[in-house]
Formats: sequence, C-alpha cells, structure tokens
Amino acid sequence: MKIVACIKQTFDTEAKIAIGGDGQISDEGVNLIVNPYDEFAVEEAIRTKEKDGGEVVVVTVGGDKAQEALRYCLAMGADRAILVNDPALAKADSRAVAVTLAKLLSEKEAGFDIVFTGKEAVDDGAAQVPAQLAERLDLPLANVATALTISDGKATATREIDGGSEDIEFALPAMVGAQKGLNEVRYPSLPGIMKAKRKPLDVLSLADLGLGADDVAVKVEMVSAELPPARQAGQRLTGEVDEVVAKLVQLLKDEAKVI
Amino acid sequence: MALNFDMTEEQEILRKSVRGFAEREIAPVARELDAKEEFSLELTLKMGELGLFGMFVSPEYGGSGLDYVSYIIAVEEIARVDGSQAATVAAGNSLGIGPIYYYGNDEQKKEWLPRLCTGEILAGFGLTEPNAGSDAGNSKTNAVLDGDEWVINGSKIFITNASAPNTGVIIVQAVTGKRPDGRPEMSCILVPAGTPGMECRPMHGKMMWRASNTTEIYFSDCRVPAKNLLGKRGAGFHQMLATLDGGRLSIGAMGLGGAQGAFEKALRYSQERIQFGRPLFDFQAIQFKLADMAMEIELARNLLYKACWLRSNNRPFSKEAAMGKLYCSEVMGRVVDQAVQIHGGYGLMQEYDVERFYRDQKLLEIGEGTSEVQRLVISRSLLQ
Repeated sequence: MKIVACIKQTFDTEAKIAIGGDGQISDEGVNLIVNPYDEFAVEEAIRTKEKDGGEVVVVTVGGDKAQEALRYCLAMGADRAILVNDPALAKADSRAVAVTLAKLLSEKEAGFDIVFTGKEAVDDGAAQVPAQLAERLDLPLANVATALTISDGKATATREIDGGSEDIEFALPAMVGAQKGLNEVRYPSLPGIMKAKRKPLDVLSLADLGLGADDVAVKVEMVSAELPPARQAGQRLTGEVDEVVAKLVQLLKDEAKVI
Repeated sequence: MALNFDMTEEQEILRKSVRGFAEREIAPVARELDAKEEFSLELTLKMGELGLFGMFVSPEYGGSGLDYVSYIIAVEEIARVDGSQAATVAAGNSLGIGPIYYYGNDEQKKEWLPRLCTGEILAGFGLTEPNAGSDAGNSKTNAVLDGDEWVINGSKIFITNASAPNTGVIIVQAVTGKRPDGRPEMSCILVPAGTPGMECRPMHGKMMWRASNTTEIYFSDCRVPAKNLLGKRGAGFHQMLATLDGGRLSIGAMGLGGAQGAFEKALRYSQERIQFGRPLFDFQAIQFKLADMAMEIELARNLLYKACWLRSNNRPFSKEAAMGKLYCSEVMGRVVDQAVQIHGGYGLMQEYDVERFYRDQKLLEIGEGTSEVQRLVISRSLLQ
C-alpha cells in the first residue's frame, strides 16, 4: 500500500496568541507542533502500514520551520516526507493548499491507495482542505472518522454526524479525515528519532510541481486580526436587599440587556 | 562565533516526545504510586518501549546512539513530572547500563545490553555498604577466586533497581585482594539476579523516590563464574569513580527537571489562587520568588548542559559534573521550598504535586556523592 498523510504545522494549543506590529498574528517565540488532528492521521497511516505493509509518505505545505514537523512524523515511523515550500505560498488559503497538494498527489506522488488528513487544523479551524482536496482528486472522503478498517481494497469507516455516528463503506483509493478517537497517537521512540535523521525529506517549489504563482493566488485574505476583548471586572452591589435587587434588575435591563 | 545554544532538531523532537509521554503516561499515576510506595513494572516497560534505556548505547547493542545532552534532556523531562520514574531511568542508564557498556567485554555486552536497552531487564550498581557511603574506598564486601569461580561475601545497601520484578543483573564492587601499596584491590563483578547466595530485599519506608526500587543485598558464599569479572581485575575503583562522574550528570538532570516542574506548578498556581481579591502573581513578594526561581533554573540548565557537552566532546568533565550535580540539586531544593511556600497550606498536602517534589529533592543532595563530597571534588580540582 502507498499511504499518504497530509499535515500542517500549527501553534501549540497552549500558545499565547499575540498580534504583531503588522497587525498579523505573531509566531515569535511560539512553540510549533504537528496539528493534533493530523497526528491522528499520521498515526493511522503508520498503523495501516504496520498491518498491511507498504510505505507512508508525509506531506505538508509550509515554510522552513515545517521541516521539524515532518521530521517529527518521520520519527513516529513514516518513511519519507515532502515539504512544498514556496514564497508564493506564504499567505496560502485553504484553496491554495488543496491545489498544491492535489497537484503533488496526482502527479509526482500518484499511485497512492489512501490519503489521511486531520479533520481540521486547530489554528484557523476552517476544515476546508480535506473536502477540497478530495474533490480535486475525485476521491471518496470519510471525514470526521473515529474508526477505520481496511481489507481487500475496501474500507469501512465510522464517522461522526449530527447527533450520532454512521458507518460507511467505500472503495480505495480514498481519503480519510481523522477525528479524535480514531486512535491513540504514539510518541516518537528514541531509536525512531535517530532513524528519522536518515530518512528522505524532499523540499519542492511550486515550479517543481509545474505550478505557478497564479495557480495558488489566494481567494481569501486575512485583512486584520484582533484579540477577543479582555474580560471586564464584575460589579459588586452592596446595600439593603431591596436596593440591591432593584439595582440588579435595572442593570440586567439597561446594561446587560438580558431582561 | 563558536558558542551555540541551539538544540539540534533531534533534541527538540526528543524533548517534545519525552515530555508528552511523561505527561500522558506518568503524571496520572505518579501520586498514587508514591503514596503506595509501589514500583511500576508496567511504566518501566513503557519507558523501555520509548527507548529511555540505553540512550547513549550504540545501536549494535540495542541502544539509540544518542549524545549525552540528549540523554540528559530525557531524564530532565521525566523528572519534570516525577522523581521516582526519573530515578529508575537515570540509575538504569548511568549506573546499570553504563558500566557494562563502557567496561564489559563483547560477550558480556551481547549477553546483557540488548535486554537492558529495551527495559525488559534492569541492572543495579552495588557500591554503597552499610558502613561505606561517602567512604566508598573502605567497602568490605569481598570476592575470592576459588578455582574458576568468584565467591562473594558481604552486603550492599541503597541499591537502585536491584530488586525490581525485572532486575536481571547486579554489578557488585568487591575487594578482590591487596594492591602492592597495601590498599585494597577493588573489582566489579556481574552477579545475575537469582544467583544462590545473593539475597535482594526491597527497602521500604522511604521519604522520597517512593515509586523507585531500592534494595539491600546480602552475599553469603555467592558463587559466579570467574569470567563475570567486569573489565580488568583491580579496575573497580576507577570504574566506580568514572561511573559516578556520569551518574552525577543524570542526578543533575533530575534536579533541573524537578526544579522546572515545581516552578511551573508554582507559576500556574500563582495565577489561579486569589487572595485579597487578586491572583497571587499580582503581589511583588510572589513575583520576586518566581523571578529568582526562573533565574536559578536558567543558570542550572546552562551549567549542566555545558558539562554534558564537555563529555560528549570527550573533554575532561569531572569538575563540571560535580558542579552541575551540586548546583542543580541545591537549586531544586530552593525552588521546591518556594513552590510549597507559594502553595501555602495546600502545598503541604499530597493532593498537590509540589509536596512530592519537596520530598523527592532531598535525595539529590545525598545520593551519588553528597553535596559535601561534590565540594571536595570541586575544591581538589582547583589546585590541579
């Protein structure tokens, strides 16, 4: 089996978000991790290989720092990694990422049996790439999957839906969007970390894929970013019960506007 | 521009991995294992699976072939969450695996290292005796060659990992004769667990490291083949000193990691706990404590990593190892003291982890060379 896992490097979920002088979210001093949902995808990819044999290729679109995220996946047990790094992708939106990955997977890395992604990335929470990529690759997509079995070129997945879950069956090649619960993610073992040093990690530009800056021109642009307003201090009402109640009712009406 | 504080990519990944493992697997059970004074075979095997044993051993014997800084980062990250498990790992590597890897012959390495490196078995380092602690040169356990067997008599005490369910072998330092200068000849001998004549009893009632395994050992006419001698006859004292030099780095890592863990807990608590209508952190008295803690931890880390760097680059590191061990353990002492202080009454309760960190710290000033012995080692080096 040729197994692909698509990942995104994101902020640590405990990172403090700060807006830089340019009005954009600053990544200075922020600990970067593999998007937690993508970790489920990589784990499932490795488990699939451990069961059925084959090769796990991890791919991402990102800057220089994204190499560490890929190396982390190699240390977990993936076989090789590809980073698409291009200045034209610096402000890539979901569509640009889907276009890039689709081109990579339909040409240079064609011939895969299954593609895993996380159901969404924890940074922008857009949850766009799995569906857009599946559409571009013309593949069935089992998104928000919490269980998966593969046998004889067919797969069965359990996926979360409104108010419950459904089991679906589909033929390979296909895509699976991983949800929490799909598996328990392993930590890279120390021998695994040492082995990862010698595994191939290729860096490709858009030109290497036969794409130009126009192909990935953004449709969505971040105009500005602002932090949620700081929580206001509460008010303490003191005095006789009647006064306090009257005041409270008045405040609920006029200030909080809830009654 | 030779000075460089960047970690390698592998070291960054290793820290993330071990930290994640410690938080997921160790943190949820640490308090209970401490309360029950229980060694966890399950956790030991999981730590083995992650590759926490045999980190600096070459892959040909089943290790990971990591540098010493990486090893120390791993111990630091375990100690950040729990001292007992860090003790199992640090002693397992520095005291158990180290001597066999550095002084064993090929046959001994092939026999023991692959299983030691997976955590399937553990090795204990039998040095301290009831009447020979800091005065290790005065140990009395003796081994006499009788035909092609060593016959061992005597006793050892406070030996880590020597009576765990998966203890496989004990490295025993014994007097094997007299040197020409009249002083005792010391040698190290490998005694497989279960050898008749060797009795290993777990020690209980400990103040600290309660979930790690500590043992007293009695030898009465315990016989092992002559070939179980580790390295050269008479090399035992030197092997012990060199092993302790390396061991000091891992004790330093336990101090550093423990200090980091206690500091983080105190910092978080200071932001959550409200007194006089404000979080504790709003009070300068608390801010200054945390500032001092952060500064001392930074200093401790720089010193310890430098000592590891010296070792990794095959430079003399004895003085820096002693300084690192001494400073890191004393920094943890000051940090846990203030961490409990910041927690107030709750800090005295087992429900809050700083209570355990406070107890676990004390060993670091005593084990593998007391703070006083470290000062001796450092001061001797000043006149060289």
